[in-house]
Amino acid sequence: MTESAESDWKQVLEKALPSANLRFSEFRNQQRVDVPASGIVAALTALRDAGMDQLCDLTAVDLLEYPGATDRFEVVYLLLNTTSGQRLTVRTHLNEPDLKIPSAVPIWFGADWLEREVYDMYGIVFEGHPNFKRLLLPDAFESFPMRKDYPVKGRGERHNFPIITRAES
Amino acid sequence: MATQINKQLGDNIFLTTLDAAASWARANSLWPMPFATACCGIELMSTAASRHDLSRFGSEVMRFTPRQCDLMIVAGRVVMKMIPVLQRIWMQMPEPKWCISMGACACSGGVFDTYAVVQGIDRFIPVDVYVPGCPPRPEQLIRAIMDLQDKIKKTGTYNAREFQLRILPDGPKRFDEDELMRIRERNGLKLDDHKYDPIH
Repeated sequence: MTESAESDWKQVLEKALPSANLRFSEFRNQQRVDVPASGIVAALTALRDAGMDQLCDLTAVDLLEYPGATDRFEVVYLLLNTTSGQRLTVRTHLNEPDLKIPSAVPIWFGADWLEREVYDMYGIVFEGHPNFKRLLLPDAFESFPMRKDYPVKGRGERHNFPIITRAES
Repeated sequence: MATQINKQLGDNIFLTTLDAAASWARANSLWPMPFATACCGIELMSTAASRHDLSRFGSEVMRFTPRQCDLMIVAGRVVMKMIPVLQRIWMQMPEPKWCISMGACACSGGVFDTYAVVQGIDRFIPVDVYVPGCPPRPEQLIRAIMDLQDKIKKTGTYNAREFQLRILPDGPKRFDEDELMRIRERNGLKLDDHKYDPIH
């Protein structure tokens, strides 16, 4: 993780998104960059072409009631360059009611189930995903349980089933 | 004539009711259906293995198809998505059938009081014996099976429904998965066009 490699992807991003408001930050030697949602595909494609060949994880954070947060949702992409071992966290922010973001499946095929899980848990819609539906919960489920305003015990979904009695079975 | 039969057979004859004889046979030949979803399933396997040897109590013939079983042992937590599967398996088991709810999670949801975990399987299917513990030791499950055998011997078949089924053309009723949708409609939830599919 040399200084030159770090400036490499900074240049790559600034070249791919010349007018965007990119915010670079660092936390305990981990490099992070905040990209606006409109430029996420351009940024991820440029980073993939510059050597970030593995998408380690794609997840989201609900920042409701988070101290100092200005946006509601944060989609997080954890990238890895498998040649140099360099890692990068790309973040983008979304707010209701416009919870739409372009899919990363054309860039890394491994984003398939990760995006479906993020939709399942947070309700963020990934446009252009080849098979977009819930991953873990039943299709008839109506809520997004990892949101902070969803009660831990649910809204009665777990008990919304027919009861089979001894006389019936 | 009676004395003639007595002379020929001596003490080799018992008089009993059909109910008692059937119950005695059933109690000592339980075929468990292991519905093991979590760590209780490991204890269930241990119960059937050589150290604890469930076959001493006449109930070691585990079958993985419900159509050959008469005792369902639900071992582990059951989530919302699993309930339609659990109910379908229960409905596929032929009469007479019994159910053991093994462990804290199957009995009450245990520590998993979340949106996805059902707080006790007895909300949706009938349960005969509850086994507490997290997970219960094999001895506890053996005790539960002995209690169930006792219960079977005492109760038998109340109304002979399983014999009644032999003359019915359609046999046991099938679980109607559309009923789930009707209940949701009654509760005012919006529905998608597709049928509820617990697998996907």
